[in-house]
Amino acid sequence: MSEQSELTRSRIGAAWLFLAPMLFLLVLVAGWPLLRTIWFGFTDANLADLSSWKFVGLDNYIDHTDGKWTGLLVDPEWWRAVWNTVFFTLISVSVETVFGMVIALVLNASFPGRGVVRTAVLIPWAVPTIVSAKMWSWMLNDQFGIVNDAMMKLGLISHPLAWTANPDLSMIAVIMVDVWKTTPFMALLLLAGLQMLPSDCYEAARVDGINPVKVFFRVTLPLIRPAVMVAVIFRALDAFRIFDLIYVLTSNSKDTMSMSVYARQQLVDFQEVGYGSAASTLLFLTVGILIVVYMVVGRVQFDKD
Amino acid sequence: MKRILGQVGLYLLVALIILYAVFPFYYAIVSSLKPPAQLFRLEYFPTAASWDNYVSVFREQPFARNILNSLLVSVSVVALSLLLGVTAAYALGRVQFRGRGTLLLVILGVSMFPQVAVLSGMFELVRWLGLYNNLLSLTLSYMIFTIPFTVWVLTTFMRGLPKELEEAAVMDGANPWTIITRVFMPLLWPALVTTGLLAFIAAWNEFLFALTFTLTNTQRTVPVAIALITGSSQHELPWGNIMAASVIVTVPVVLLVLLFQRRIVSGLTAGAVKG
Repeated sequence: MSEQSELTRSRIGAAWLFLAPMLFLLVLVAGWPLLRTIWFGFTDANLADLSSWKFVGLDNYIDHTDGKWTGLLVDPEWWRAVWNTVFFTLISVSVETVFGMVIALVLNASFPGRGVVRTAVLIPWAVPTIVSAKMWSWMLNDQFGIVNDAMMKLGLISHPLAWTANPDLSMIAVIMVDVWKTTPFMALLLLAGLQMLPSDCYEAARVDGINPVKVFFRVTLPLIRPAVMVAVIFRALDAFRIFDLIYVLTSNSKDTMSMSVYARQQLVDFQEVGYGSAASTLLFLTVGILIVVYMVVGRVQFDKD
Repeated sequence: MKRILGQVGLYLLVALIILYAVFPFYYAIVSSLKPPAQLFRLEYFPTAASWDNYVSVFREQPFARNILNSLLVSVSVVALSLLLGVTAAYALGRVQFRGRGTLLLVILGVSMFPQVAVLSGMFELVRWLGLYNNLLSLTLSYMIFTIPFTVWVLTTFMRGLPKELEEAAVMDGANPWTIITRVFMPLLWPALVTTGLLAFIAAWNEFLFALTFTLTNTQRTVPVAIALITGSSQHELPWGNIMAASVIVTVPVVLLVLLFQRRIVSGLTAGAVKG
């Protein structure tokens, strides 16, 4: 008996020993930089010399001097970035969910050539984000772009559009490219959910001759709702921190700038580490709240199993 | 009749999906093979194949060096995260101890960090370690996103292995390290391939850290190099070169994905659904 617990104790010791290198690295590259970033948010640090800074309290967030309000919370450009990020997340994730569901349903049906479709669908996922941004900005080019050409041939538009430069269109362009790139991921997650469903309820519905559309909304959708929720929150978290695509497709344009692009511009381009860190911290807090929501939804799902 | 219509509809939808998924990459290949003079003539199908763009990508910038950089970073990221992932997954998946659940939740939380949230702290760390404009800064910083999912997927996999195997080894007096390397490793190969591939692709594609922590052309990784290809002015981007470079860096990833698609799909869904 005592030998057993001796063994258990030595196993637990070994476990912590094995965890140590991973935990050390995680603290080094995640925990510490996060704390430093939050701290920098309360200072006037500058990128040129990170070692000399002074504590300024909440000034980066909000400050009242000489009858004027300054700081992130009253900066219209910041709020524009917040709105862009929220808008981008809402629209792109919704479209991706619908498209992803269609693709998942197709992949879940059995027909000859299904393997080809699955392979084809994986290609956008495999293409690096930077490459997809470049590919699409070439396709969306206002003078030589194939998208304008195809749309004009189909009679959808009468003159070429400046997709990435026009303030009214650039966000649509960003969403279009993101939808292309990340729908496969959504489809795969939803497909995994669909494949876990018992097939007998479908059989019953089919024998009863119920309209497949009705079956989808009455049977399938309620059953895979947990999987859809998890996939949506997963994608939403990812969409919320978007940087690469927007940075490459429309660079630092105000019309599409996301919270991540804003924070990096302050940090690196303007060298305002204090102000930029405050923006990073706000982004982190927002994502943190979303994560709590995710955990709660995930917990609910675990309990059901 | 209704059945046939349904079949036709399904195949139309399938054709549409394939076209939508494949066309942009197809068009990039077509554009990259055009002689520079024809680039601005719109064509849906290739008419001539010329390697001019591919040659000039390598001539006009250190693109071979950029590819080597990306390979070095990605391979080192895979090696380091698998080593740390396997040992951690053994502890988290096979040993009962207090705080295990909390630890897993924290690791999961880290995987959802916005990279920007650690950018200034990471920048300070990189400078302090003397790694600014050094590829090692990327190997180190990429751990923030490869460790969490490596640990998660491998832990899930480890948990599923039969207990008897380990008990037999313990009876024979094997220590945990021997158990990992001799007993579990041979069984873990599928999971290692999956997580290794996902880590490789994530590192190969990463942009924000690579853009921020490197400065000179010769230290850049491929995504940054492609993003920063410029012409004589903003409106004269060398699209032929950009498309050629894009095709070069995408083909290996697409091949990997196609070769290992089953593994990758199972890894992606395991990471998300079970996470």
